[in-house]
Amino acid sequence: MKDNTVVRVCMGPAGIAAGGKAVLEAFRETLADRNIDAEVKEHCSSHQVGCLGLCARDVLVEIGRNGSKTSYQYVKPDMVGRIVAEHIVGGTPVKEWLVDETFDTFYRKQVKIVLADCGRVDPEDIDSYIAAGGYEPTREVLMTWIPDDVIEEIRMSGIRGRGGAGFPTGLKWELARRSKGDVKYVICNADEGDPGAFMDRAVIEGNPHSVIEGMLIGAFAIGANKGYVYIRAEYPLAVERLKLAIKQAYERRFLGRAIFNTQFSFDIEIRLGAGAFVCGEETALIASIEGERGMPRSKPPFPVNRGLWQRPTVINNVETLANVPYIIRKGWAWYASYGTEKSKGTKVFALTGKIRNQGLIEVPMGITLGEIIHEIGGGIEGNRALKAVQTGGPSGGCIPAGMLDLNVDYESLAKAGSIVGSGGMIVLDEDNCMVNMAKYFIQFTQAESCGKCVPCRVGTKRLLEILTRITEGQGKEGDIERLERLSRGVKTASLCGLGQTAPNPVLSNLRYFREEFETHIRDKKCPAKVCKKLLRYSILEEYCKGCGACMKACPADAISGDKKKPHRINPDRCIRCGACFEACKFKSVARD
Amino acid sequence: MVRINIDGKELQVPAQSTILEAAKNNDIFIPTLCHHPKLTPFGGCRLCLVEVKGFLKPVTACTTTVGEGMEVVTSSPEIEELRRLVLELILSDHPNDCMVCEKTGSCALQELAYMYGVREAEYAGERRNYETRDGNPFIERDLEKCILCGRCVKACDEIQGVEAIDFGYRGFRAKICTSYEEDLDCEFCGQCVAVCPTGALTGKLWKLKGRPGTTKEIDTVCPYCGIGCNITAHVKKNEIVRITSAEDTWNEGWLCVKGRFGYQFVSSPDRLVRPLIRTAPKSGMPSLGRKGIKWGEVFREASWEEALDLIASRIREIKETHGADALAGLSSARCTNEENYVFQKFMRAAVGTNNVDHCARL
Repeated sequence: MKDNTVVRVCMGPAGIAAGGKAVLEAFRETLADRNIDAEVKEHCSSHQVGCLGLCARDVLVEIGRNGSKTSYQYVKPDMVGRIVAEHIVGGTPVKEWLVDETFDTFYRKQVKIVLADCGRVDPEDIDSYIAAGGYEPTREVLMTWIPDDVIEEIRMSGIRGRGGAGFPTGLKWELARRSKGDVKYVICNADEGDPGAFMDRAVIEGNPHSVIEGMLIGAFAIGANKGYVYIRAEYPLAVERLKLAIKQAYERRFLGRAIFNTQFSFDIEIRLGAGAFVCGEETALIASIEGERGMPRSKPPFPVNRGLWQRPTVINNVETLANVPYIIRKGWAWYASYGTEKSKGTKVFALTGKIRNQGLIEVPMGITLGEIIHEIGGGIEGNRALKAVQTGGPSGGCIPAGMLDLNVDYESLAKAGSIVGSGGMIVLDEDNCMVNMAKYFIQFTQAESCGKCVPCRVGTKRLLEILTRITEGQGKEGDIERLERLSRGVKTASLCGLGQTAPNPVLSNLRYFREEFETHIRDKKCPAKVCKKLLRYSILEEYCKGCGACMKACPADAISGDKKKPHRINPDRCIRCGACFEACKFKSVARD
Repeated sequence: MVRINIDGKELQVPAQSTILEAAKNNDIFIPTLCHHPKLTPFGGCRLCLVEVKGFLKPVTACTTTVGEGMEVVTSSPEIEELRRLVLELILSDHPNDCMVCEKTGSCALQELAYMYGVREAEYAGERRNYETRDGNPFIERDLEKCILCGRCVKACDEIQGVEAIDFGYRGFRAKICTSYEEDLDCEFCGQCVAVCPTGALTGKLWKLKGRPGTTKEIDTVCPYCGIGCNITAHVKKNEIVRITSAEDTWNEGWLCVKGRFGYQFVSSPDRLVRPLIRTAPKSGMPSLGRKGIKWGEVFREASWEEALDLIASRIREIKETHGADALAGLSSARCTNEENYVFQKFMRAAVGTNNVDHCARL
């Protein structure tokens, strides 16, 4: 790199939300105002970069100088002046704003492949990507490889679909290559829709060219000349950066006709999703690109045989495709050196929930859940007890705290009743109710069911109704059995992946937290004290000072009592909002 | 042809057929609701799930093509449990309305519920609640009875090419509707009514006039045009109360709005049953249909002999006075091909003019 000093400001989704743009502007202005290049006698520049990972501490700023990196956390625009004066000019970092020692543990166990350049290159500048070695793999493949070599390389690397299902990518490409047809398509599935998942977004916002390169190489391998990126419209920045990246790639003739002066031509078009979760399902996605309502079609025939407009089509997830140039660059053996026997490489997870270091992590497959939670994640917020880890979003399940030794890979998670899925990882503590959690996800899948098949359309509705009545104290004997029978049926009989996985949160929660369901149904109690209708508020007279704070806070006029005398809650009027519980300074409001 | 095995039976079936087609052609029953032989497979009702050796999960027989050596099991305790559950779920959101439903007796859902003995829903819960509000005179849409099999959508699209309806909304709220949920405004061919397996789509004209089984069914040919679609007239007390068309006819059961819904003329009191001869002068007389003019003031009834004699003499007269080309013949699309052939032959050979045409061409 020509820069001697590089300031990298996190402009990932969380970075922008925390004010990254203003921080970047402040750096640019300060550096320009002071004519820093002359002052420090070296070239100094500031860049926006993709997600740096530890979103909980945004805005993160990384200052790279002579090969070493220094990171600042929680940076605000008014801190920029001092950082420039003391660190860049003076040479001494501003100690109190630097990241603390836990910052290192966040990165220590991570292995960055797909995110390696995310946070280093400027996503809006193709030269930045090229300087980091970008488009070199494409050049090499197009000029010196044959398609079968590419497929073999990908197959040997062992990479599997990162969208959730984990189908071997090399095999998929091989099937598409062998499938008969003069016109074939490559589709990048960027319709990331799981609640709490933002891996694909971070990759496209942080390093869009890696996705374009992955598509180019994939297209070359299967013999396609046309590609589509199906990306949800709710990711405006990702769309914008992808559009810009495609434009820049066309300008450099990495896209279009006769790429690298070879016979190979490839065009990419963007298609925006209109907010339907089911359009992340590959056949529904195809229907949507074709201009139809996004409803899945039965498989077989599989898209590799009859996909978009009945032509052989490869659909790969963003993360899968973004891995491809790095596999080509460093070889399959290097990639396969990470991970387990059947799950190779790394996986990006969006670590959220009750965990200290919330953010985007990339870990080698096979890492234990415990390592992710306690080392990378820095443990549970507020020293509460870990209850479970939810993986795979609405299609996944919960892994209980007792199973932290579990390896995070496709097989182990499936055996434990969950899935790797697209990579959402939600950490739950003792304040999370597992019935409510299942209800939340079923609510989501029910609302997003396309309505085509009966088990998903009506079955998830009935699951939701049963779960709702359990959380409201109306649960009946036999409801658990009803849930189980229905879940099994919906799982087996549904048409597409959405319905087939929708009952997973229910089944896995029933598997590990059955007694919590039973307590809700039989005792009408919610152990986590989440289900409002099961809560009872009362005032412990011996602690009550009669201050009236609860009475003032109560929106339902349910509390009465004379000043300085113990108050009372009228249970018939109480709406269980918990306002009195929050308002009481003497802990005299009991909730059970 | 490929060899497959269904329920232990070794079969030779065409290579491109689906498991369902192969089973049907060999008298092996697989329950279906969304499948229709003339429409592309949908795979939504999930009743035709079967086990195929080597497949991890049951597959829908209607969408899966047969393969050499494929082994299929159409009924097992697991499969029957899934079918039962699907039926329970459909019925949990279906009005218990069979007593007054037009479809009773010819309802595919009712038949399957009977077959599986599904009486009341284990999974009773919220039901969809829709108002019927269509202003059109032909098609009654009772969407609460709709099982979203999508047959109507496909018939409208694939057969009629009109695309008046499609799926709308998501999840439990999903429904079949027109764009922007406006009133149905289409050709009213009623193909959707013909393919609906439940009472969701019925004809307004035949409401409460007699369900199939209580009427006399008479196979005949549609009198409207020369295409000659095969129809079945459902007759009660010597009155047509409904027209249907069977799938095994040459027109495959498809009809147009006239053929399906335009049968009232048969017993209309305004229908002409005898020839009329004009008595009023041709000019200076207000045409029929104007207010206050009764046909009796313009025409008088006559016998066929008298009417035909009059026509013959007038044609001869005109031909002799003005030449044959002063005459022209206009035939009707409601005649058969043979009748039209004879008519043009008559105009050319007997009258001697090529001035002959046909109303369907106008």
